Amino acid sequence: MTPYDIQGLQGRRVKDRIFTSLVWGLTFSCLAVVFIILFYIFEKGIGSLNWAIFSQNPKPVGENGGGMLNAIVGSLMVVSIAAILAIPVGVSVGIYLAENRGRKLSDRIALAVDVLQGIPSIVIGIVIYVWIVKPTGKFSSYSGSIALAIMMLPPIIKNTEETLILIPTTLKEASLALGASYFRTTMKVMLPAGIGGIFSGCIIGIARIAGEVAPLLFTAFGNPALNFNILKPVDTIPKVIFTYASSPYDDWHRIAWGGSVILVSFIILLNTIIKIFESRWKVQF
Amino acid sequence: MKNRWRVLENKIFVRWLSIVSIITMILLLVFFLTLLISSWPAIKANGFGFLWGKTWDPVANHFGMLPFLVGTLITSFLSLLISAPFSIAAALFLGEYYPKGLVPNIFRNVIELLAAIPSVVYGFWGLYTVAPLVSKIEMKLHMPAPGVGIFTASIVLSIMLIPYSVSLIRQVISMTPTSLKEAAYALGSTRAEVITKVIIPTNISGISAGFLLSLGRALGETMAVTILIGNSPEIPHNIFSPSYTMASVIANEFTEAVGNIYLSTLIEVGLLLFVVTTIINIIGRMIIKKVSY
Repeated sequence: MTPYDIQGLQGRRVKDRIFTSLVWGLTFSCLAVVFIILFYIFEKGIGSLNWAIFSQNPKPVGENGGGMLNAIVGSLMVVSIAAILAIPVGVSVGIYLAENRGRKLSDRIALAVDVLQGIPSIVIGIVIYVWIVKPTGKFSSYSGSIALAIMMLPPIIKNTEETLILIPTTLKEASLALGASYFRTTMKVMLPAGIGGIFSGCIIGIARIAGEVAPLLFTAFGNPALNFNILKPVDTIPKVIFTYASSPYDDWHRIAWGGSVILVSFIILLNTIIKIFESRWKVQF
Repeated sequence: MKNRWRVLENKIFVRWLSIVSIITMILLLVFFLTLLISSWPAIKANGFGFLWGKTWDPVANHFGMLPFLVGTLITSFLSLLISAPFSIAAALFLGEYYPKGLVPNIFRNVIELLAAIPSVVYGFWGLYTVAPLVSKIEMKLHMPAPGVGIFTASIVLSIMLIPYSVSLIRQVISMTPTSLKEAAYALGSTRAEVITKVIIPTNISGISAGFLLSLGRALGETMAVTILIGNSPEIPHNIFSPSYTMASVIANEFTEAVGNIYLSTLIEVGLLLFVVTTIINIIGRMIIKKVSY
């Protein structure tokens, strides 16, 4: 026994080693899970993809073949209308929060936005059902868009706020000193300077809602026919995956895997765009 | 003329900003009132016994939500328990061991990919991979082996919680004052000791807030759980039994609910879910905000 081992140095070292390898092991198993899941989805999904999935509507129960053209159109429709509704509102609230930092009211608004992010999506679906579907008496694509728009708000607001507070006040003061109004300053100086962050907030919002089903179950509902009318119900890709996954038909499962791969690739593409934007157009002065 | 217009547009703009912000703030209150008003018939008809009633029989207009309550709580806590060691380890790895550099950055992005997979795809994946595995375990234990049930749902849910809790806990951990850590190292502590005796105790409230927010997420998670839980409105016997959660009963029965009381009862379940997740989120966010300074 060396004199240094009086306080159990060896034992503490061993404990440290064990702890470190535990951290490594658990972290690597997280990474492994990501690859296992993605590999499985892509392996199952890419084999199921064919042209019919993109070009045909679903066939009646029992018949093989068919696709999810109606759902692809429906998803694009519901998500883009949600984005059109949410982006102006979200960016405005973000501007307000960035301008009024530290005030009691804006602290409360910021807390409300955080809490809104944690509200289960299905509850938002119920609320929109009560607001729109019940009074009008029918399911409709735009009611689904409104539900998704509410879900999109928090990331847009947060990103706009966080981007705008990074822009130096001297820039704003210079514009105001030249006689530009507050509106002009915001539109022509602040927003262009922070466009990267604001844009990535919007993409994060879209990525968040693209795979949502729960708020659409009783708003956009579902529709086996191709539909471009926002007053009528539509199918969306995630909704079709849900319906087909819970069915006993193998061919429907195949189409659902195809849909999963389309959806997951789309969201991963959006995530990549966000990363590129964040590194290229980062606000830095 | 032009000047006057500019003054006006400025005024409109400022007004618009405050109006939408205030609307966003009261949105939660409006949600609450909407749910409360629509579920009022059910609240009156079902009374307080609703919370601990054991039978759910819509045909007889007899509603008790104890099975869903138990199912939701067990599934959520079990998934939190399963994901906790993984989340803490990954958060330590990214926040303390290797906070900077290319490889940890890639690791972080890979773990965030878990958040890119939609809930319904998790459910579908779980049905094909996790459910058969669980079914094999059940057969070994000589139980009925449907594969779907609380355990399956919890495993998949725990994977879904990882990216969320890792990012929250990593943020908290990386804010530990360097002086504290350096003091501990200077006294001769090993890294494991610094972590277990300095980093985790100083950040315990932030870490708990991270888990609390993850719990809020688990409670409201709908689609994956609906596919995997087995949808049986009975009080579960063990962690393998099929069960039902509050969110999935709404998802499954809402559009088929005939009769005002039935629909209104489902909205009442939604109201409960809303109130619980709101409280959890307010507490969690307040703690996180407090520890960030």
